[in-house]
Amino acid sequence: MNTMQVSFGEKKDNAAQAEHAVKMSARDVKVFYGDNEALHGINMDILENEVIAFIGPSGCGKSTFLRCLNRMNDTIDTARVTGLVTLDGKDIYDRSLDVVQLRAQVGMVFQKPNPFPKSIFENIAYGPRLHGLVDNKRDLDEVVESSLRRAGLWDEVKDRLEAPGTGLSGGQQQRLCIARAIAVSPEVILMDEPCSALDPIATSIIEELIDELKGSYTIAIVTHNMQQAARVSDKTAFFHLGNLVELNDTREIFTNPQDSRTEDYITGRFG
Amino acid sequence: MSNLVLMTLLLMVMALAYQLGLTRSKRVAVTTNGTGFRMHSRPTYHGMLVAFWAVVPAAAIFAVWSLAQPGIINALVLAQLPPEFQPTTDTEQRILLRRLANLASGFGLTEEAADYELAAAAYLNQLHGIGRTLMTALMAAVAATALVLAWRRIEPHLRARNQMESIIRWLLIICSTVAILTTVGIVLSMLGEAFRFFTFVNPLDFFFGTTWNPRFSTVGTDGQTGFGMLPLLWGTLMIALIALAVAIPVGLMAAIYMAEYAPSKVRSTAKPIIEVLAGIPTIVYGFFALITVGPFLNQLGASFGLEIRTTSALTAGVVMGIMIIPFISSLSDDIITQVPKAMRDGSLGLGATKSETIRKVVLPAALPGIVGAILLAASRAIGETMIVVLAAGNSPVLTANPFEAVSTMTVTIVNQLTGDLDFASPQSLVAFALGLTLFVITLLLNVVALVIVRKYREQYE
Amino acid sequence: MTPSDSEQTKTQQPDLMDLAQKRDLMQQRVAASLKRRHASEKRFRLYGMAAVTVALSFVAILFITILSKGLPAFWQATLTLDVYFDPEIIEIDEKPVRQPGESDGAFQQRMLAWQTDLGFVNFNRIILNSLAEVLPEAPRYQRDAMRLVTSGERFGLRQLVEDNPAIVGQTLRLKLLADANVDVWLKGNIDRSLPDSQQQLSARTRAWADELAERGIIRNQFSTALFMNADSRSSLASAGLAGAFMGSLMMMLIVMFLAVPVGVASAIYLEEFAPKNRLTDLIEVNINNLAAVPSIVFGLLGASVFILWFKLPLSAPIVGGLVLSLMTLPTVIIATRSTLKAIPPSIRQAALGIGASKVQSVFHHVLPLAIPGILTGSILGVAQALGEAAPLLLIGMSSFVASVPGSPFDQSTALPVQIYLWQGNELRNFFEARTSAAIIVLLALMISLNALAIWLRRHFETRW
Repeated sequence: MNTMQVSFGEKKDNAAQAEHAVKMSARDVKVFYGDNEALHGINMDILENEVIAFIGPSGCGKSTFLRCLNRMNDTIDTARVTGLVTLDGKDIYDRSLDVVQLRAQVGMVFQKPNPFPKSIFENIAYGPRLHGLVDNKRDLDEVVESSLRRAGLWDEVKDRLEAPGTGLSGGQQQRLCIARAIAVSPEVILMDEPCSALDPIATSIIEELIDELKGSYTIAIVTHNMQQAARVSDKTAFFHLGNLVELNDTREIFTNPQDSRTEDYITGRFG
Repeated sequence: MSNLVLMTLLLMVMALAYQLGLTRSKRVAVTTNGTGFRMHSRPTYHGMLVAFWAVVPAAAIFAVWSLAQPGIINALVLAQLPPEFQPTTDTEQRILLRRLANLASGFGLTEEAADYELAAAAYLNQLHGIGRTLMTALMAAVAATALVLAWRRIEPHLRARNQMESIIRWLLIICSTVAILTTVGIVLSMLGEAFRFFTFVNPLDFFFGTTWNPRFSTVGTDGQTGFGMLPLLWGTLMIALIALAVAIPVGLMAAIYMAEYAPSKVRSTAKPIIEVLAGIPTIVYGFFALITVGPFLNQLGASFGLEIRTTSALTAGVVMGIMIIPFISSLSDDIITQVPKAMRDGSLGLGATKSETIRKVVLPAALPGIVGAILLAASRAIGETMIVVLAAGNSPVLTANPFEAVSTMTVTIVNQLTGDLDFASPQSLVAFALGLTLFVITLLLNVVALVIVRKYREQYE
Repeated sequence: MTPSDSEQTKTQQPDLMDLAQKRDLMQQRVAASLKRRHASEKRFRLYGMAAVTVALSFVAILFITILSKGLPAFWQATLTLDVYFDPEIIEIDEKPVRQPGESDGAFQQRMLAWQTDLGFVNFNRIILNSLAEVLPEAPRYQRDAMRLVTSGERFGLRQLVEDNPAIVGQTLRLKLLADANVDVWLKGNIDRSLPDSQQQLSARTRAWADELAERGIIRNQFSTALFMNADSRSSLASAGLAGAFMGSLMMMLIVMFLAVPVGVASAIYLEEFAPKNRLTDLIEVNINNLAAVPSIVFGLLGASVFILWFKLPLSAPIVGGLVLSLMTLPTVIIATRSTLKAIPPSIRQAALGIGASKVQSVFHHVLPLAIPGILTGSILGVAQALGEAAPLLLIGMSSFVASVPGSPFDQSTALPVQIYLWQGNELRNFFEARTSAAIIVLLALMISLNALAIWLRRHFETRW
């Protein structure tokens, strides 16, 4: 077995963390695209204020599963989701639950940075304005500033808040998107390969940011990059062909995988 | 020998020439086979080249001759007429020539023909015969000479394929200049006639005059009044604005619904049906305005105590609005669907509802393209003729009341150029000045719209 | 927004309790906004549906209006009468037969004389006599009686005799078109309670029309006059579209043989051969703009270039065809170019790769694949030209032409122009329906062309 140079950062130190409450859970979640079953019954618990990474070869269903967690699959006409997904114990696919409210609680950051074709300020202000979270301009300014600070972007853009968001570099754009998500104070942030379109330096900045956000937010991140999963996550889930093969502490997964498919994948035999 | 026969013969010559070229090149190929030479081109190219040379010069002679002959013959016949029967006006001359042609062709006249007419007709026939014979002989000679020359050139080194291909290329180039020539023709003819108009009427009076009443002015070189374009321009703009007021909300909302909400079944049926509106001839819309929309608006107005004329700016505008709905809806639909899905996901992922996403993200992103679509529709509305001819009421006065009859530039062009075509009077020539203005306005709208739409497309490609 | 130091420290070390409170507050606010937002969502969606419905209902209203007005016009009030071709009235010689050795001119002369004789025959008398068979009073009130039958029918009878002189002396059962006003009266398209002074027909004619309709002698029958005759002003009931149709057909043929080849050739040049330079850019911009030039401007071009400079005849299909060809050219070029663009470069490369010349690769490989698309675009262009009226008005095609044109140089009109002329006819009661019928014919032709284009696209187009 080929050994990988994986650094686990400071996570070794707080291995004995406090018990976290279950934030979201999935029971027997299946997703169909038309007649094609893309996910075959996933069961998973996501703990509060933890970072969980979904890894697996492309087409394994990790992104599909991520998009179930804030019902982004609703936007695809042919997609159908069965099973139970809960947030704080409440079924998010229940009729009484409002998808608008759900998405305000469960934010999302996408693979390709997708700032709106508006100014940086308007990009951040979009969510708070939409949901009526602020009453006046002063509050709005404050939300924008604190969101940008949290995303570590404030110092870079504070002088050009009126410049178009699309004019930023790729990494800045992605941080802008994270700031945009933070601005509505979500509880969970879903990240769908947030660094796949970025260069290594931008990637490491985002990874640091994720590390900082951990603790305040529950974060689920899909990644292609196993080192990234190892660097940023507390737990790692390995998906393969629409199945959740293995879910464990990140260190366990990378040092002592239980399933041979996991082992093959992290040692680079396929993927 | 009728033209049809001549054409058939020419085709036969072409086929023959092709065969001759083909056979000779094959024979040459056989004789050079042992000597190590290879034919440069396939036999078919030699055939085509010979056929080309055999037919094209002859056909060119035919075209030029056919265009020139009637004029020359008519002049000769007229010159032959006894002086007392010489026609004095253009109209007389045209009628006389027509009578002679009828006599000569054996159709006869309804009444007895005068002797001088019979003589002239006979002379006409004779000239026709001579002309025809000369032309046919010339064509035959040229075709034969060219054929033989081309045929004798066939030898292994002849680059027949390259020659044929450059001929084809030149033909293609000539064809693609037709479009340019059309534009040049439009600009030159309109400029020329418009300048003639401006020798009668001061351009300032034309562009900034507020009365349009050219009928009552006397024909002369000075004192031309009543050629103020503003009432027409205003009528045009008012109708176009009403049309846009109808078409933008309906077209845009329909586009949004089709692009964002409609199930694919609804979309695939409703879209082509709405596009039918763009294919209906505008004369049909005009008729529709006249018999349905006009009376309907009139009664609707009456029930609110408003007096709406059956033919009014409103009637024409509403119907024109219906006509341009598909221009706005189709183009906007394309543009809205081009807005990347990532943009929508970003908004939906923040918890925006669908309509919030559309209004606050998709539409602003698509705005340049939509503006382009609207400008294109506006230029369509400004240049539209038949609807306004039938439904606008043709009353060239400056009025801000859309319930009144108005007139437009296009209507006036039609009015001034139908009936007597006396191209010497400012009353007719003004049509070209109006046409030039119309052309410039629509051209500007189109250029701006195309630039905007292109910029928009590049942004998302 | 000047960041204060205290805020900075706060964001650096987020207070978890604070965050939880903030989230609760936010969630409440989100929840509070939901009702309003969903209502607005619903409203927005409703607007969209309404817009689509409005657009669709415009189409429906348009078609329903035209169909309901126009369909009845295909059936016209027709009298079925026994017509006796009385030899005493039709006093003419034998129809001339060409003698052996007779010259062309001499025979024409004799034929003409015979036709002139025939022209002097009072066919009205024959019609009156056959009317007298069913209405004994008719000879006493000739004027009223003759108003029953449309005036063009006497030429119809003359044509029958001219075609076959042997019918003189025979009695034939013929269908004669009733006068337009009789048709209007019987169809109830005029208010029957109007006083005599406002009626087009005399009281007696109206009574007779009702009586004959009662007796089944006048019946509403499918009439071919609309298709077989040219326009007419004297005999409105037999005014037809044949002349306009022929004019339109000639113009369509000219468009097909001019605009399509030239358009396709220039598209091929621009797409396949042209170097990318200023000139080709100019051509491209120029074509796009030409496509949006108002059609009436092409009419002005036709009037000044073809009629004023080249002295081509007014009202002739050749001029109309040329004008419409220029107008259609950009449509054909744009359609052909987009078809050529859609053909993958791999096909060209494959041909070039085995040693074909550029011309060969285009004409042997690319063009055959593009033919369905080119045909579709061309047909749509032709259909567009078929419906165009405005430019034709400017080259004199709005004049009244009572004959079917025999060549593209004859006076003619066109279908859309005929519609324009008919809608302006004073006898609105009759011509509203007849105009709608003409529109139905025009739309039917255009829909057939479009259907053909769609069929071609469905069956032959390859998607790459």
